[in-house]
Amino acid sequence: MNLFTKIFTGLLALVSVIPALAATTEQTLVIDRQPVNITGNTVDKITVNGGIPGPVLEFTEGDTAVIHVENKLDTPTSVHWHGLLLPPDMDGVPGIGGFEAIPPGEHFTYRFDLRQNGTYWYHAHSGTQEQEGHYGALIVHPKVAGPVQADRDYVVLLSDFREETGQQIISNIKKSPHYYNYAQRTVGDFFTDVREEGFKSAWQTASQWGQMRMSPTDLADVRYDAFLINGKTNQQNWTGIFKPGERVRLRFINASAMSMYDVRIPGLKMTVVQADGQYIEPVEVDEFRFAVAETYDVIVTPEANQAYTIAAEAIDRSGFALGTLAPQQGMKGPVPEKRHRSLLTMADMGHDMDHNGEAMNHGDMEMDHSGHNMSDSDTAKMQSGWADANTPKGHKALQYSDLRALEKQQDQRPPAREIEVVLGGNMERFIWTINGRKFSDPEFEPIPLRYGERVRLSFKNNTMMAHPMHLHGMFVQLENGQPAEKLPNKHTVNVPPGDSYSVLLTADEPGEWAFHCHLLYHMAAGMMSKVVVAEYDGEMPQMPTVSDIDNGGHHDHH
Amino acid sequence: MITINHKLFIAMFCSLFIASGHADDMHDDHGGATYHAFWLEAQHGGGSEGDKSHAEWDGWIGGDIHKLWLKGQLEGHKGQLEESEIWVMYSRNIADFWDLQLGLRHDSQPESTSYAVLGVNGLAPYLFETQAHLFVSDYGDVSFRLKQKNHLLFTQRFGFEPYYQLDFTAQNAARQSLGRGLSDGELGVKLFYEINRKLVPYVDFKYERKFGRTAAIARNAGEREEDWVISLGVKLLF
Repeated sequence: MNLFTKIFTGLLALVSVIPALAATTEQTLVIDRQPVNITGNTVDKITVNGGIPGPVLEFTEGDTAVIHVENKLDTPTSVHWHGLLLPPDMDGVPGIGGFEAIPPGEHFTYRFDLRQNGTYWYHAHSGTQEQEGHYGALIVHPKVAGPVQADRDYVVLLSDFREETGQQIISNIKKSPHYYNYAQRTVGDFFTDVREEGFKSAWQTASQWGQMRMSPTDLADVRYDAFLINGKTNQQNWTGIFKPGERVRLRFINASAMSMYDVRIPGLKMTVVQADGQYIEPVEVDEFRFAVAETYDVIVTPEANQAYTIAAEAIDRSGFALGTLAPQQGMKGPVPEKRHRSLLTMADMGHDMDHNGEAMNHGDMEMDHSGHNMSDSDTAKMQSGWADANTPKGHKALQYSDLRALEKQQDQRPPAREIEVVLGGNMERFIWTINGRKFSDPEFEPIPLRYGERVRLSFKNNTMMAHPMHLHGMFVQLENGQPAEKLPNKHTVNVPPGDSYSVLLTADEPGEWAFHCHLLYHMAAGMMSKVVVAEYDGEMPQMPTVSDIDNGGHHDHH
Repeated sequence: MITINHKLFIAMFCSLFIASGHADDMHDDHGGATYHAFWLEAQHGGGSEGDKSHAEWDGWIGGDIHKLWLKGQLEGHKGQLEESEIWVMYSRNIADFWDLQLGLRHDSQPESTSYAVLGVNGLAPYLFETQAHLFVSDYGDVSFRLKQKNHLLFTQRFGFEPYYQLDFTAQNAARQSLGRGLSDGELGVKLFYEINRKLVPYVDFKYERKFGRTAAIARNAGEREEDWVISLGVKLLF
């Protein structure tokens, strides 16, 4: 036995001891279909361990999670651990990375090491089960005290609830894309515009939308019976208790199938300390826009002996998810006034200004058939309607550009190459695509990544809806204008309508990973792709380039 | 003609079958599923020639690209079935807002006639729902129909739907009392109230008339060439 072999054997012995030091935390989830009554009517929904949402799963970083999932449904199911770094066959997406759906009546045991801490969540990745109740919070505590200390710690999990099944919802949208839109433009709205801005301007706007065969009211595809906080309706009023002066950590999780919110707690500043489970430099805000599948951890310090209302208002202003922070149970704060709903504008269709925000970019407006000249009144219409949350003057709303990683990014290499990710769709037929393809298309091609390489993903949203794009298995870093070592990690990136956004990625997790829009019915309609991280000998498989894709016009972005 | 039609029919069903043949969960869950939509309208009213009943259906079953499209209409007058059309088509998505359609239409009233159908169905700019179909009858006669409607709202449930339909024939078809050129037209508006998206009662105001030689043929036969009809109806979505 030479020296090298001895060292190698020694190391091997050491490595085999390490897992023995780590604790194993076992959990059991039972997925069942049961009658529930949330809105006043009893309907069959999917429960996890008997409830909606499922239990809060808590682990400690460094431990091994062993999670037994029992499928009592009459259809296959799955559980995806949203935001966790783990082996692909434990990621829980049927047909991807070696994981297969859990058949009806059978068990599956997930087993993986917890390599991170933070606020995450879990949900089904089968059909529309997530809409029907198959979701819950997952918290990984730091092994030693983390950078965020609080006296109280609450999960605030938002979800959207409809009595209909997910299959009924998507079937209805496929019959008629505006099936759930009860805030469409009316003849009266047109005459109001004529009165306010003159016939020419009103007609110009109406005619642009008419020519595109689209609606400026498409902020959400589904109207919900209720928005829930931790499974409770506004009447049931989920309440977090505090003593005045305490630091309260709220772990916001948007587990909604389709609903985005503007979140505020009138009377309290929120200090955002984590985004998507990853620590950021604390940033104080009055409100934040909350895309589907994102998480934000905030610290609030209520000083007064009163009730504060947690208000998450849907961006189509169809309602609120309401909860309370109070010194004792049974208290309720005032419900904030409903905000004005914004209309989408031509900017949300990509007919916008250059990214530097100065010159109008006329030349490449793909859909501007009218060829009219821009007047001053048009300039107002060039602001994104989607992004306008009607935040009161003097209030600070969180922006992606505010996010700065708390610790230095390990990999600060510039990207070796750029991959364009074109988000496309057709609201009228409710078809949604990535790079011009549905996941079900026979021509669908996965995105190949060389193991270890650093790439830029450039999203280009050619649709009039925002798409919260979620990459499984790896965090991306937002190119949000912060220095390279401060770029924040995200698992879900909300790409605004008609806009571009880029992120960096280190392909350091080998295997197949799902990559999709986290609006459930967009994914169900095909807006899903697959990333394959592998060692490639010589030539990489060819990716379709954007010029191959029928995406209409072309933008001069960088 | 009939033989060709039958082959067409088989080809159309085969392609539909192939399109949905490899369906599995993964495929269905992410863009490959089959959906359907059927609109059924039934209305009864009266015009200058007495009572009139009308029923029509229009809808599809299939995926995003390939669909089986079924439509038809029945028209009754004083308890008699006066017009009956039954259509079966293969519908293929060819552009964002447009389907190309190919199929068969069979009329049992006023005269038993079969047609090969080629046309488009879709959404024109300014949100005009548009159907344009060319017909070749089993007698070799060529005709064409254009139909457009729009959907406008006063409130979120109460609104109106203006529509028109024009029929053209390429030759005189005495058998069907049709003269060459624009033969029939209708123009109307439906005032509707959506109780929900699947149940929509409405009042229909319709003006219909015959044109040119077709009008002359009607006059010579002692029939009216124009008519006003007011009806109460209900539209269902399945």
